[in-house]
Amino acid sequence: MNISQLDNIKKTTLNLVSFPQSIFHKKEVRRVLRNCDVIDPLNIFEYIARDGYFALYKAITEYTPQEVIDIVKESGLRGRGGGGFPTGIKWQFAFDEDMDDKYIICNGDEGDPGAFMDRSVLEKDPHAVIEGMILAGYAIGSKKGFAYVRAEYPLAAKNLQASIESAQQMGLLGENIFESGFGFDIEIRLGAGAFVCGEETALIASIEGNRGMPKVRPPYPAKQGLFEKPTIINNVETLANIPQIIYNGAQWFKKYGTQKSTGTKVFALAGKIKDGGLIEVPMGISLREIIYEVGGGVGNRRKFKAVLTGGPSGGCLTLKHLDEPIDFDNLLSLGSMMGSGGMIVLDDTDCMVDISKFFLDFIVDESCGKCAPCREGTKRMYGILNKITKGEGTLEDLDKLERLAQTIKITSLCGLGKTAPNPVLSTIKNFRQEYIDHIESKRCTAGKCRSLCKYVISDKCIGCTLCAEKCPADCISGDKKELHIIDRKLCIKCGVCLKVCPVDAVEVM
Amino acid sequence: MSKYISLTINNKKYGAKDDLTILEVCQQNDIHIPTLCNDEMLKPVGACRMCIVEIEGNENLFPSCSTKVADGIKISTESPKVKRARKEILELIWANHEYDCLVCKKSGECKLQDYCYQYDITPQSYYEFDSRKDYDINYSNKFFYSNPNRCILCGKCVRICDELQNTNAIDFINRGSKTYVGYPLDGRYESSVCVSCGNCVSICPVGALMPKNKIKFRNWEVRKVKTTCGYCGVGCQIELVIKNNKVVRVDPVKDGPNDGLLCVKGKFAYNFINHKDRLKSPLIKRNGKFEKASWDEALSLIVNKINETKELYGSDSLAGLSSAKCTNEENYLMQKFVRVALGTNNVDHCARLCHASTVTGLANTLGSGAMTNSIAEVKDNDVTFVIGSNTTETHPVIGSMILQAKRKGAKIIVADPREIVLAKKADIYLQIYPGSNVALINSMCNVIYHEKLYDTDYIENRTEEFEAFINVIKDYTPEIAAPICGVSAEDIKIAARIYARGSKSAIYYAMGITQHSNGTDNVKSLANLAMMCGNIGIEGGGINPLRGQNNVQGACDLGALPNTFSGYQKVFDDRANEKFQKAWGSKLSKDVGLTVTTILSAALSGKIKMLYIMGENPVVSDPDTKHVIKSLENLDFLVVQDIFLTETAEYANVILPAVSFAEKDGTFTNTERRIQRIRKAVSPIGDAKADWEILCELFYRLGYPAEYESPSDIMDEISTLTPIYRGISYNRIDEHGLQWPCTSDDHPGTKYLHKDKMARGKGLFTAINYNPPFEMPNKEYPFILTTGRTLYHFHTRTMTKRTKGINEIVGGNYLEISENTAKQLKVSDGDILKITSRRGSTNAVAKIVDDIKDGVTFMTFHFENGANVLTNSEALDKESNIPELKVSAVRIEHA
Repeated sequence: MNISQLDNIKKTTLNLVSFPQSIFHKKEVRRVLRNCDVIDPLNIFEYIARDGYFALYKAITEYTPQEVIDIVKESGLRGRGGGGFPTGIKWQFAFDEDMDDKYIICNGDEGDPGAFMDRSVLEKDPHAVIEGMILAGYAIGSKKGFAYVRAEYPLAAKNLQASIESAQQMGLLGENIFESGFGFDIEIRLGAGAFVCGEETALIASIEGNRGMPKVRPPYPAKQGLFEKPTIINNVETLANIPQIIYNGAQWFKKYGTQKSTGTKVFALAGKIKDGGLIEVPMGISLREIIYEVGGGVGNRRKFKAVLTGGPSGGCLTLKHLDEPIDFDNLLSLGSMMGSGGMIVLDDTDCMVDISKFFLDFIVDESCGKCAPCREGTKRMYGILNKITKGEGTLEDLDKLERLAQTIKITSLCGLGKTAPNPVLSTIKNFRQEYIDHIESKRCTAGKCRSLCKYVISDKCIGCTLCAEKCPADCISGDKKELHIIDRKLCIKCGVCLKVCPVDAVEVM
Repeated sequence: MSKYISLTINNKKYGAKDDLTILEVCQQNDIHIPTLCNDEMLKPVGACRMCIVEIEGNENLFPSCSTKVADGIKISTESPKVKRARKEILELIWANHEYDCLVCKKSGECKLQDYCYQYDITPQSYYEFDSRKDYDINYSNKFFYSNPNRCILCGKCVRICDELQNTNAIDFINRGSKTYVGYPLDGRYESSVCVSCGNCVSICPVGALMPKNKIKFRNWEVRKVKTTCGYCGVGCQIELVIKNNKVVRVDPVKDGPNDGLLCVKGKFAYNFINHKDRLKSPLIKRNGKFEKASWDEALSLIVNKINETKELYGSDSLAGLSSAKCTNEENYLMQKFVRVALGTNNVDHCARLCHASTVTGLANTLGSGAMTNSIAEVKDNDVTFVIGSNTTETHPVIGSMILQAKRKGAKIIVADPREIVLAKKADIYLQIYPGSNVALINSMCNVIYHEKLYDTDYIENRTEEFEAFINVIKDYTPEIAAPICGVSAEDIKIAARIYARGSKSAIYYAMGITQHSNGTDNVKSLANLAMMCGNIGIEGGGINPLRGQNNVQGACDLGALPNTFSGYQKVFDDRANEKFQKAWGSKLSKDVGLTVTTILSAALSGKIKMLYIMGENPVVSDPDTKHVIKSLENLDFLVVQDIFLTETAEYANVILPAVSFAEKDGTFTNTERRIQRIRKAVSPIGDAKADWEILCELFYRLGYPAEYESPSDIMDEISTLTPIYRGISYNRIDEHGLQWPCTSDDHPGTKYLHKDKMARGKGLFTAINYNPPFEMPNKEYPFILTTGRTLYHFHTRTMTKRTKGINEIVGGNYLEISENTAKQLKVSDGDILKITSRRGSTNAVAKIVDDIKDGVTFMTFHFENGANVLTNSEALDKESNIPELKVSAVRIEHA
């Protein structure tokens, strides 16, 4: 493969294919997602037609590896997987290690509930990730990459594998790329369903064929990673940014974003939002813009209550944070975190204690079991939360919960454990009264904690009988066009009546 | 390179090297930090988080076990924040732990218990959530049980099994709070690769992995005695745990040659010490039946018989067999007894059957017939060439260390007729035919010569006769050797290149090299190979015969051989002979005596009339059982001194009850020439006496003074007469032992031999041609039988068969055959086979394996009326008299 061939492919393809316009909100800036739903991911020509692999050519023919690293450093790109560590600096560490064998790993073990940014990129624009990996390999002096994709993403793995093969056939992967003497190849490794394998040392252990358990850092993987060799692990979204940074330059990249968080970020908007789905917005955009403009606001005539960012490692932002800019550092200072970009919007029917319990339940299940505080502590935190949601909690329990959360945070081995208490700490901080209501008044104002609420039909009832029809416990009685009554002894608090009532006559107390 | 830095710990300034962890620096400075998952033998993992400390300027706490110190950091190891967190962690661990301290046998030495006490934990913290672990206790292992409900998941067991033992039998199962440690798949020992070494049990800080023990004891009821294991030649340092004069547990000691590891025998097969079948009083055979006798009666009878035999037939009609199981002091006394009191050099011991060819071969070529290098060096080899040694079964701890070296990047070459554990993990494995060693080694030398991979300077300066050697090996191209060995020429070349290219290549070998009618040739060939590549006299290299018995090295060192006094001083050397005559005050024969093998033949022919056997069992251990029994039956008088009534003792006229290694003081010399203490831990069983005491008594009764108050006195005499032991005294060897040569009171001992110069002066290359084994298969006897050991039994099983679990694992004689051989014979696994050689027949259970060549079969020699019924006592190595126990031609049929 040489440049004239690459140019040819681009020209011919552009003549043959007319790419559809992708539809997105005017506040969005699509870079990582620019090819998604635009090109045929399995057709490498279409990727090339959209300037694909030109960055690789440029880097290999025009830049030294150090210059590539310098451009990435200059762009200010920070790791999109959650940590936000400057990518160029990380690469520099691995570059500085004088070793024959080095590795590039693409972390595609996207595990946060409700997050699917990486999945979309892998499925819809796999070549961007491949090109990013080759560039990283060129920069640090690695000949071998592994793409770690969770097994729950079969299509992503399939498309990526097919794309690796077509890149190999085109000579874009393998020995002597662009006749430069530089060679690079990629293998896929499938995860086995462990959330913790998104943590880089656990991911490395998993690729090595060991149990996916984190190791103490330092040594950091950039110095001593896969098979004890210098290893760069970058998230899918980070890698997908690389070709465009090299192709368009650092200044182009910095056009959007804030000073310390440059570029754009993909979020998965989920939960109680009208226009959910993937969005890509400039860093520094306000929460209000995301929710009310890009997302179209909270649906179902409900009130916005909070948004959870960072998944089970993050925290919540509330009404008072709506005008805060969204970037790495500001989110941290607000007691939440960027995470990989999951955003779950909650409305007033969501109970914050219940949400904490949900995340803790997830963590208890996903803790690898290696370090004592995470393994044993999260289980007990769940126990306390469960007690509170049943109305059996005491104020001492709340103290204990906070103390325990603090211990786990400062003593756990890896990021999973260290951040596991965040949803609890953050919800206590922002919604302490809700916890106290559960404990002292035995009330769940959101009506989520079944043990604590009763369902009552108010005189708004128009007697449409819909609730009685749908009630699975047959505990609602009343004549047509008359006020209906719930038999509380029989009620199982499933909330069906609440949902089906056309006039909001069902109330939870 | 590490730098020296300064840091502050608990407001006090300290200096430290920057490659140390905070924990290490604190330990050096006596600052106590609690740990549950840390062990200096294992890589730190930072899992338990008990060792957390506060580093100023950081919100998070740091695990001191895995955080390196840095210049200027300020550490608090006991700040309120740290203490609170530790307490919280302990409460969490405790909350998910069985509340059974009252009945837990670990109570009193449980780290969790200690720390819970130290940190005043509040047990009720999490009582209300009664969701503690509730797993079944796993009793499937024969020697220990695992109770996951007491496990704190520190992972030490998993890591020692992986990092040090290299067996990988156990791992974490499930994850999160559902994690437990166990065997994979069905969770049973039987379907795992576990070798029951018990290292997981020894390292468990709580009561999760506990030995099965019938005797109940509290840890404050016992005392502990440090001593040396009595099984193989590794010389593991152990602690015997004793309650009421009974050994109730064995623990490894960390600073011995074993580095804190043990094998199944050392750890669990100690039941023989207090076994009910131990000999408790002397027995005299009257009318074909053994009757209890007093010591006086028995000893008088022996003394009379000695005098009578000497008078009637002369001194050379008497002989003594010393014992590689007894101490150095006892071996020294035994050979002195035979030489002085019996008046003959007819003294030998079972080294004749294991490393006689080593002693001869290496003494001739290098000048010293012992392992050149040390066990500690095994872990640092670049290349490990294992030939004729099933190291993971016969010297398990060294086997593990070879695999530890591999983890660090060492290459492994294995040549063995069976695809042993090491072979499966080797970089190149050569499945050679038994007895083809010389062809293989010569052809490796040929490759090294032709590819110019040899060390010219070394050969020039430190060796002689290289040309003569080259003239012979020139003909041994890999293509010629390949069909003889049954391997490919290409593999021989690969092995040769790997060996020659290592900067520290070490050879380890055992019976697969020595027990051949050309055993001495085999040894000399290995010496050729090692010298050719300059690997002798360097650290981490060498040629290393792995000695089998706990003190076979010492028995040889102390002169329990027919041609040497202690320290390999020749009996026919005038000066040596004179020296000993003077020291012992007695006239000494200069005629070389008979060997184990020739003593028996001489008994059969009537030349030997009386035999005194101390701690040997030739009826099981020696080739051609029928011949051995006939020889013993032909004696006028046989004395057997042992701890059990062995198969050999059945033929005795008098049996004397001796004591085990746990009941006496003394020293053993392990395979790396290290003289180590054994210490009396329990008092003798019944009327049994230490072998040295019995010998002293006989000396006295025969009119020779033997005024030793203790074995230490005997060692003092040894050191004055034995140059290589000159610097040895009980004071000096108390802690770590010393490796001979140790030639003066301030000599530090010798880690590896032949440094700068061979003991012999120049290393001697020997031109050796390949000769096939004495007995090759033919129509009548179409299969090769080779013999060896299993991990679970030791020698003739006198000790190991007293432990139930051992017998449950290997309970009877079996014959390993390949699938094709089985098909050819229409044999299925478990069939009872009749195996016949020219000497006789024995039965064994068929065990079809995939790791043996077609046409070759394998049987252990542990069982009475087993392999040695078939082996040949006449195929002897000319130079060393070792019998060819490794190759016999046999016929196999259904029994």
